[in-house]
Amino acid sequence: MEKIETSYDYKPEFTQLNLGPTHPATHGIFQNILTMDGEIIVNAEQTVGYIHRAFEKIAEKRPYYQVTPLTDRLNYCSSPINNMGWHMTVEKLLGVETPKRVDYMRIIIMELARIADHLICNSVIGVDVGALTGFTYVFQWREKIYDIYEEICGARLTTNIGRIGGLERDFSPACLKKIKEFIAEFPAALIEFTNLLERNRIFMDRTIGAGPISVDRALAYGFTGPNLRAAGLDYDVRVMNPYSSYQDFDFVIPIGTQGDTYDRFMVRQQEMWESLKIVKQAFENLPEGKFFADVPDFFLPPKEEVYHNMEALIFHFKIVMGEADVPVGEVYHAVEGGNGELGYYLVSDGGRAAYRLHFRRPCFIYYQAYPEMIKGSTLSDAIVTMSSMNVIAGELDA
Amino acid sequence: MSTIQLTDAPAGIEGQGFFATSFEKAVGLARANSIWPLPFATSCCGIEFMATMASNYDLARFGSERISFSPRQADLLMVMGTIAKKMGPVLRQVYLQMAEPRWVIAVGACASSGGIFDTYSVLQGIDKVIPVDVYVPGCPPRPEQIIDGITKIQELVKNEPIRRRNSPEYKALLASYGIQ
Amino acid sequence: MSTISNGYILNEISEQFPDSVIDSLESYGMLSIEVKANDIIAILSFLKTHPQIQMNFLTDVCGIHYPDQIGKELGVVYHLHSFTNNVRLRLKCFVPSEKPEIHTITSVFEAANWQERETFDFYGIEFVGHPNLTRILNVDEMDYFPLRKEYPLEDQTRTDKDDSYFGR
Repeated sequence: MEKIETSYDYKPEFTQLNLGPTHPATHGIFQNILTMDGEIIVNAEQTVGYIHRAFEKIAEKRPYYQVTPLTDRLNYCSSPINNMGWHMTVEKLLGVETPKRVDYMRIIIMELARIADHLICNSVIGVDVGALTGFTYVFQWREKIYDIYEEICGARLTTNIGRIGGLERDFSPACLKKIKEFIAEFPAALIEFTNLLERNRIFMDRTIGAGPISVDRALAYGFTGPNLRAAGLDYDVRVMNPYSSYQDFDFVIPIGTQGDTYDRFMVRQQEMWESLKIVKQAFENLPEGKFFADVPDFFLPPKEEVYHNMEALIFHFKIVMGEADVPVGEVYHAVEGGNGELGYYLVSDGGRAAYRLHFRRPCFIYYQAYPEMIKGSTLSDAIVTMSSMNVIAGELDA
Repeated sequence: MSTIQLTDAPAGIEGQGFFATSFEKAVGLARANSIWPLPFATSCCGIEFMATMASNYDLARFGSERISFSPRQADLLMVMGTIAKKMGPVLRQVYLQMAEPRWVIAVGACASSGGIFDTYSVLQGIDKVIPVDVYVPGCPPRPEQIIDGITKIQELVKNEPIRRRNSPEYKALLASYGIQ
Repeated sequence: MSTISNGYILNEISEQFPDSVIDSLESYGMLSIEVKANDIIAILSFLKTHPQIQMNFLTDVCGIHYPDQIGKELGVVYHLHSFTNNVRLRLKCFVPSEKPEIHTITSVFEAANWQERETFDFYGIEFVGHPNLTRILNVDEMDYFPLRKEYPLEDQTRTDKDDSYFGR
């Protein structure tokens, strides 16, 4: 008797789904080739490098002050933090002590940048679960932060804020007024944003349990920043290795327990409150003094002096041509960026440009955990997981 | 009194109960005020585009409310940010998937010319792979500049002859990019 | 502040691996040790499991190129961090450019996976035993290692640039 073949055969059949490089739900350009069993993700294969711009090679050719615009373009949601981190790295190499006023001014700028970064990340999580209102609402407050940046340095997004040794100019009265207004008005806006999402049933159902990671796995994958804190470890560079007088301020590190999308959202929400607290403290206790350290080899003299003073003209020329002397040495300096520990490994051979500059980009390191976090979950969970990890293409690919 | 402003009627002959104009102008008017953009945002300029779309600047005022993430339904390809050599073929593929008539705007220095990234990995301007209609300078351009670029596109769309896409010049342009 | 001193770490490593430590330097508060490339796995495992040192976090892996150091042109730099003691450590290994091979450390720290791929992509250092050693940032067709010092930064296919305007 012949065996009758059935038309159906219970072999699992997988679909390949190409998520990216340009997909409306991915913020930035990364490719994930998903192997799907129905709606469940079985495997994910990542491709990155779609906007690789060779920052590290450029930095080997440019004098130190010309590296600042490159750092802007790493994590462009919070570029002032990157700028400050770079200035502090060079200051560490040169052994420069900055005045307290510089530290406090920098902290105000950095914490405003952190608020701007977390606002964009959290509102975009809202967009990905279908709540566009929060996004249009908080973007007005990002615009207010941009206004403050414009008063400080003239740019909105890629700020190029500050100089090696300090800031290019003191806070103007208009700027101080805007910061004061922001401190006074932002809490109401943040409360309204909180009310929109934090205890929203739909939002909670969509995000709780989506893309979880345990603290051990997070550490093994090199997580830092809000994503590590959401998993439950209170590592924050601002506290562990305080830079720029962070030790003077009173703030707490919020942590989560589950490491899922909701925890990452909540950690960022709380961090915004803490950042606001720091801005407030720094603003109220802003010390008097100079807004730059005494490093004539790196800090441009005021323009009026350049026109009338021989010495200032020489220094100006030396700085612009990048002829200042630097010590030979190796420095690693880390700051708490929007996404985690942003490190600068600078090797100087005494020349006008860095011999080697490596950026420790938190995104690049923790994005490799993404397949593990989404395996076994649905496609919609994978999307919110990606947006809550806040992977920024510029930082990912450098 | 409503504050809504209607767009000006094109030149034509108007009389009791009728208005006559050329088909070209009527089509141009309709197209120009309902451009569906496809945001091809890769880096920093994409964040400024988000600001342009958000409440303060609100691109929807210019008829581009509907962001089309599918190239099939898009009229305008907005390329924002650095295009690396790895990304070049993807960008070209997206352009090929768009239906005629299609316009392209290069937002920011990187998309226009490679910007500050004259490096081994960056495409030196997207006009190396696809034809571009409007270039917006800036690194990144302010939202006002992006809106200015869109209004420039609107002018182009409004005044485009209806047969332009069939003309030998246009075909020669596409052929120079190797597009059939 | 850190609870263990750099000297203590150096002593522990020197005692455990007397032949391996080539050079050490403390600069800007951070200890930097050059070790033999063959022993990197053993040293990292030792540091990670050491009851006092507990170097449990790999901060960073990157490459470096010194064309003038004959016999050890290419380097791999590891940055480690002990969260319990809040102390950072830099380890360096050098390999010759004719045979740039070093063992992968993904078995000790999984975070090294992409960072080693990046180092391979930039410098061509082969990480033996790596699960997926392919280019990560550049296109697969690329036939050179762009961050080595001998290769130029600029796009060589550019036609619109007149070199005389740039003093070249």
